Amino acid sequence: MLRIRKWGPAALLVAPSLVAIGVFVYGFLGWNLRVSLSDWRGLRATYDFAGLDNYRRLAGDTRFIDGVQNVVVFTVVFVAGTLIFGFLLALLLERGIRGEAFFRTVFLFPMAISFIATAIIWRWLMSNASGAQETGLNKLFDSVGLGFLANDWFKADSYWAVASVAIAAGWALVGYIMALFLAGMRGVSDDLREAARVDGASEAKAFWHVIRPMLLPVVMSAIVILAHISLKTFDLIYAMDAKSRKIETPALYMWFTTFEGLNFSIGAAIATLLVLGIALVIVPYIWYSVRSERRR
Amino acid sequence: MTTTSETSTRIRSRWAPYVTTVRYLVLFALVCVFLIPVYVLLVTAMKDPAQVSPSRMWNLPDSFSVDTFGEVWPTLEPGFRNSVLMALPASIISSLLGAANGFVLAKWRFPGADVVFPLILFGMFIPYQAILIPMRELLTDWNMVGGLSGLILVHIIYGLPITTLIFRSYFVTISDELIDSAQVDGAGMIRTLVFVALPIALPAFAVAVIWQFTSAWNDFLFGLVLTSTDSWPVTVALNNIAGGQVVPFHEAMAAALLASIPTLLVYVLMGRFFMRGLMAGALKG
Repeated sequence: MLRIRKWGPAALLVAPSLVAIGVFVYGFLGWNLRVSLSDWRGLRATYDFAGLDNYRRLAGDTRFIDGVQNVVVFTVVFVAGTLIFGFLLALLLERGIRGEAFFRTVFLFPMAISFIATAIIWRWLMSNASGAQETGLNKLFDSVGLGFLANDWFKADSYWAVASVAIAAGWALVGYIMALFLAGMRGVSDDLREAARVDGASEAKAFWHVIRPMLLPVVMSAIVILAHISLKTFDLIYAMDAKSRKIETPALYMWFTTFEGLNFSIGAAIATLLVLGIALVIVPYIWYSVRSERRR
Repeated sequence: MTTTSETSTRIRSRWAPYVTTVRYLVLFALVCVFLIPVYVLLVTAMKDPAQVSPSRMWNLPDSFSVDTFGEVWPTLEPGFRNSVLMALPASIISSLLGAANGFVLAKWRFPGADVVFPLILFGMFIPYQAILIPMRELLTDWNMVGGLSGLILVHIIYGLPITTLIFRSYFVTISDELIDSAQVDGAGMIRTLVFVALPIALPAFAVAVIWQFTSAWNDFLFGLVLTSTDSWPVTVALNNIAGGQVVPFHEAMAAALLASIPTLLVYVLMGRFFMRGLMAGALKG
């Protein structure tokens, strides 16, 4: 009785949220898995068990395989580029610089706008129109004598087309990564740095031996966050060029095959594979975060 | 050892002004490159529509004009209104629920709280593709597809992980004595939350509401799946205005700018809270 009185109100307070998350996250994930093992095609839901048929079909589906290749290229370019530039920006801002707030505000503002708006601007910047219609970055390159840089961007007929989308995504996220690095660098107390300097370490050495090791966790979180974004990004690519197979990733293929092709079971199978991919990076990350917090 | 340290100090001080100058120059150059899209957006949206052509994208306007905004606003306005009606309640309700969850998880740890918290957090990272089909099935059954109600509901629910995380991180830093003294005074759980914890959690509330408002406003996928023409949120409306290849690009730019104004305003005016939301999103609260 005492236990109920002690935990009762607390349980009641969190119960609605827990039920909602239980149903809308875990219930739905299970439901989606069930759809992926069914033969549901067309508007009416059918749940006849079809085993791994849908997954087997995806393994031989060139559109899906191309999509996987695209998302790999996208992830590599996006994660590496954003990490490098985010780190560089943090490094430039780290030792208290006049106007730091201004610089931070500038580099972070794309986080406040939608991927749709981002895609609209970048689609025009990366237009591949030529001749009198030439515009965007190609036009800019031409007029400053860098014409050799002009290219077909996301319309290019190569698997690098999707790298153009990664540029836009990197533009949107680089400020976030900069902020993560800044927080990490500042987490190293000035005392520690001063101690290193008193011991005779140069600025560069102090950075290498004192700050760098502390940044490893930041790099890990940045990679996890960026990689999971690249796996699930939908709106940026959709608004850039929804119809192009050159930049289509499984996250988009899922949508098209489900809601336009009405292949619900195939769409569910793609979605399940996406969850598996993301869980692979996210679950260890959450486990590590919660555990290291408890140790503190 | 002493000599090297002295030399390095001397070298550092002699080169320091140059290093600072180079640092500023590099930063300034990066800012310029970074703002290229903003330049194009502003210059294009503010040109006299008669002057606009893709080949003159980089030219400054001969005369400023807001005509283009007037042209696109009527088509964007319904979506804009829908997004206000959707994002405000979604962010406020999600934050209130998150406050309750965060409080309980930080201060009233029930048995099993350590298992529940990571399970809640996982909800923040799932790819939404994996819940789209069931979500649409269930909400169709509940008659919540095609209007705003379904969209509001899912933004409340999928916002819970991050709002819970924000409040939990905040309440963990509040001393237990404060909570205990309220209990000694005879206040129960709910009263402690409402009268003691919530009033001091206003900063966390700002962080949570701003974060949720921004993500609900900027969401596209849920809007695409759950709404119909009349209830499109601003992102879906924007994509429809600016998505086609035949759309004049100054209209696309003006619409993109208009659709981004609310979140940009929030960002500029309350950047500090926005930042904290970002850090929480990386589990670094």
